[in-house]
Amino acid sequence: MHTIPGRRLIMALFLIFLLLPIYWLVNMSFKTNAEIVSSMTLWPHTPTLQHYRRIFTDESWYSGYINSLEYVVLNTIISISVALPAAYAFSRYRFLGDKHLFFWLLSNRMAPAAVYALPFFNLYSAIGLFDTPWAVALAHCIFNVPLAVWILEGFVSGVPREIDETAFLDGYSFPRFFVKILIPLIASGIGVAAFFCFMFSWVELLLARTLTSVAAKPISAIMTRTVSAAGMDWGLLAAAGVLTIIPGALVIWFVRNYIARGFALGRV
Amino acid sequence: MDKTINQKAWFLVLPVFLVVAFSAVLPLMTVVNYSMQDTFGNNQFFWNGVGWFKELLDPSTDLGGRFLASLGRNLLFSAIILAIEVPLGIVVALSMPREGWTVAACLVILALPLLIPWNVVGTIWQIFGRPDIGLLGYTLNSIGIDYNYVSNALDAWVTVIAMDVWHWTSLVALLCYAGLKSIPEAYYQAAQIDGASRWAVFKAIQLPKMNRVLLIAVLLRFMDSFMIYTEPFVVTGGGPGNSTTFVSIELVKIALGQFDLGKAAALSLVYNLIILIVCWVFYTVMTNAGVERKARAESEPAVDRSPAGALQPAVALASKEGVV
Repeated sequence: MHTIPGRRLIMALFLIFLLLPIYWLVNMSFKTNAEIVSSMTLWPHTPTLQHYRRIFTDESWYSGYINSLEYVVLNTIISISVALPAAYAFSRYRFLGDKHLFFWLLSNRMAPAAVYALPFFNLYSAIGLFDTPWAVALAHCIFNVPLAVWILEGFVSGVPREIDETAFLDGYSFPRFFVKILIPLIASGIGVAAFFCFMFSWVELLLARTLTSVAAKPISAIMTRTVSAAGMDWGLLAAAGVLTIIPGALVIWFVRNYIARGFALGRV
Repeated sequence: MDKTINQKAWFLVLPVFLVVAFSAVLPLMTVVNYSMQDTFGNNQFFWNGVGWFKELLDPSTDLGGRFLASLGRNLLFSAIILAIEVPLGIVVALSMPREGWTVAACLVILALPLLIPWNVVGTIWQIFGRPDIGLLGYTLNSIGIDYNYVSNALDAWVTVIAMDVWHWTSLVALLCYAGLKSIPEAYYQAAQIDGASRWAVFKAIQLPKMNRVLLIAVLLRFMDSFMIYTEPFVVTGGGPGNSTTFVSIELVKIALGQFDLGKAAALSLVYNLIILIVCWVFYTVMTNAGVERKARAESEPAVDRSPAGALQPAVALASKEGVV
């Protein structure tokens, strides 16, 4: 009754469709460039770690990962810390313009990055933040702060209002209540929100590339420049790609039940 | 839950307001400013009024032609991927295993493409589709189909669409799965007693229950495909020719490639306006759906007492409703 006939087959085919391109990327990353170009092999016949070794030893490569992580972590911290009180306010109170504010936040989450690329470039150049992780971290707030507010609001609404009232009766001040009671209660929600901020900042390329040039260049921008005089370095490109998938793949297990919620702005 | 009115809540919202205002309103004002001016370099600006906007909406000019063509391509792209991803997502959600470790395994694999950086998604498909080194391109060519996404516009489209289906169908599937999980077991039991066919169950129970999540899925997918940039940029670079140049790609070309500030700004504003309108529809429908759901939840016990609802065991219904 719940499902459809042939569901196992459909699921299996779909999962294969999802995994095949990823397998091919992983496969390529372990092949030598000679093997990639000269023959079509379904698995690496002469497996090599040379591409990974190059990424971990060449500073121009591994600094890309460090730069990316820097702005991603900064952005996650900023987003969560400003979103927490706002989520509480949206969940508990009605105030002048709350609905409009909510819509405004949503519209920013949906705004195309391409529209902001140029003005951000001007803005951050003008205030001297261009080519620093701060520029990218602040720029990514435009879609991550609304997202964090929406997700956290859902979790705060799950905390019974009586808990607030009891705490205030017990003489807790608002900041103390917030830190000592509310935050521990919605710890898992904070984890989920942080994960999504991390992820959306990690996958974005356009703004990150536009706002950096040399010092803070993210890995995604470095990856677009693997074309050398000797042609494309496919193995290296594949290895760099595999390494960018790892952060998501590592935590995916813990957030598997929240994925739909995170992508649907906490509305599911 | 009734919320109390408290204007001091603004202090709690203030940080968010400031951060987002800094990174949204300020740049947008620059865009508005640029859209009315023309520049010949050297930071010299000349007043141009609504000139750019006129040009933008007139297909006979270079700017207008490019904008409208890319808009058309983008709408076609969004329509195609919605037509594929939504039904496929529903089918996949219905095919999810019911319990056991396979559920978790399927969820993890489904979510995997969603968490891959967008440029790496492009890279994956670039490598996967190339006729010389890619599994897909090589296989297609060796069974006699002439496939090359670099030189053939149709192949480029097929690749970009396949890539988007690969990347985002899981999102639709996960959302639908969340909707399906919220259906109480009692509904199915009632359907079984009525001798409903599988199709009837889908049409009368599953589809209406998925309504809300499907709406979110359709709108999210529309928005994201409407502003797609990175993936096609990495795979095809907007080519061959201009065949896969979508609005965002065109905009970045004008803004950061040619540094044509006035034109880019005018395009940005029109583009943003379209997004804003769709967004407003999204918000209104979502808020209404939320109000409706609340209203239905309040009237539900009444329905159960009526004779028609007698087939549904009310106790089971009440206990499961909390899962939502």
